[in-house]
Amino acid sequence: MKKFKEKLSGLAFLVLALSSISVLLLITVFIVVQGASSIGREGLLNFVFGMKWAPSQDIYGIFPMIVGTLSVTLGAAIVGVPIGLCTSIFLAEFAPPFLRNIFRPAIQLLAAIPSVVYGFVGILFVVPFIRNFLGGPGLSILAASIVLGVMILPTVISICEVSLLSLPRQYKEGALALGLTRWQSILHVQLPAAKSGIVAAIILGIGRAVGETMAVIMVVGNATAMPESILDSVRTLTTNIGIEMGYAFGEHQEALFATGIILFVMIMIINGLAQSVVRRKSK
Amino acid sequence: MRKKPRVGEKVVVGIIWTAAVLVLAVLAAIIVYILVKGLPQLSWEFLTQIPRNMGRAGGISSTIVGTLLVTAVAIVIAVPFGVGTAFYLAEYTKEGIITRIIRFSAESLAGIPSIVYGLFGFIFFVITLKMGYSVLSGGLTLAIMILPTIIRTAEEAIRTVPNSYRETSYSLGATKWQTIIKTVFPSSLPGIVNGIILSVGRCVAETAAVMLTAGSILRMPKSLGDSSRTMAVHFFILASEDISMEKAYGTAALLILLIFLINVVANILVNRFAAKRR
Repeated sequence: MKKFKEKLSGLAFLVLALSSISVLLLITVFIVVQGASSIGREGLLNFVFGMKWAPSQDIYGIFPMIVGTLSVTLGAAIVGVPIGLCTSIFLAEFAPPFLRNIFRPAIQLLAAIPSVVYGFVGILFVVPFIRNFLGGPGLSILAASIVLGVMILPTVISICEVSLLSLPRQYKEGALALGLTRWQSILHVQLPAAKSGIVAAIILGIGRAVGETMAVIMVVGNATAMPESILDSVRTLTTNIGIEMGYAFGEHQEALFATGIILFVMIMIINGLAQSVVRRKSK
Repeated sequence: MRKKPRVGEKVVVGIIWTAAVLVLAVLAAIIVYILVKGLPQLSWEFLTQIPRNMGRAGGISSTIVGTLLVTAVAIVIAVPFGVGTAFYLAEYTKEGIITRIIRFSAESLAGIPSIVYGLFGFIFFVITLKMGYSVLSGGLTLAIMILPTIIRTAEEAIRTVPNSYRETSYSLGATKWQTIIKTVFPSSLPGIVNGIILSVGRCVAETAAVMLTAGSILRMPKSLGDSSRTMAVHFFILASEDISMEKAYGTAALLILLIFLINVVANILVNRFAAKRR
């Protein structure tokens, strides 16, 4: 009886574990099945490289949105990565303990604030600022880059900080003992040693930027045309789904699922990269 | 070989300090601004009345109830699966193909954008399982979304339980199951609860995935089968369709207070946990 119970409990845990992960399969299958017919109808190349998105005429091309996603993400990385990396160096090396105790929960809070609140603050401050000082509609690649740049900060900061703090103390002590200054030690010893963690942080931050929807909808303008400058309004893959899913049906809805497939593939590639970087580090 | 680093060093350290101060300033500015604008909106009526006229008048009571219900469904479903998976990973198996598959899936799930969860929830729960736009569809979708967080935090908590606990339990003749239930589980409970609390925060904050699955009906939900609008979705609609800035500020302030509270509780738990370990 006792043995039976033991076996049963192990089996129960296995079943829970397997059903937890089977949802990944379920998600993949359902989204692919739902979107595949649209890609089949349009042809993959026409869908991915098509320049025009006009659901009323049954024309579905998402190339401008792919460009939109890539440009907004690149912008977010340019805004968020340097500030995030500097802040993580500050926390790991320079911050007095009392400041560190303020920063940790503050960054947790930054990560937990609803994305719609970031979008709202973007509408209130970032968009009018761009419109008044730089021109254009304000709702733009630049606005989305700034908002997303702030939103990826917690990811970049916390993972960079952990990888800096997890270095053996001897690295820094050795560098300082050789007469390097604190900054030289950071630049030439600690940062290179923590490289893979930092790269993983950047990739995960990029993943967050690619996947963000609501905040981007609010500040990016959502025009379907190909952007010509960073002050132009664009639409990203996520915002395309977020805006139109509410009223789409039939082929239109399938095209949105097809957009989801492309997004899904992009995210899986990004995640795969991040995981392989982390794994190489642990070896 | 490198020449006098003095001036350059100071500049670099200055830049690093500036970046850090900037991060803190942006966060403080966002929170203070929303609270200053929003707290005056909070009143008993705001919390207890149903939104009227698309949200221009009245309160936000139905969206508060909607948020709580959707979150409750998500937690009730996700916790057994998540914690069970964590126990399996930490206690029942050696590192091998199965753990690698489970870890890969959990990490992949963690990276999937919420809008994709929304798409899946829509096609699977709303359409295929015929649950319609409902609290149940929204909660189940969120349950899948928070699963990776719960698995990861619970596994970490279980792994920090010292092996001596397990060995003592075994030496007293306890079986594996008894050891887990009577020894490992209680000692790792604060860590597990911390993960659950953080997941509650994610559910409350989530917008895209709930909008596509729970819908955006403003009525008070009467059952889990009813469509309901959560606070985050309500705030998004108020702000982006320019319905009522005052109500938007009020809703945002309440959301931020809630998230703040959730984080504080989680932190207290973690500190208690760490203090006990020492």
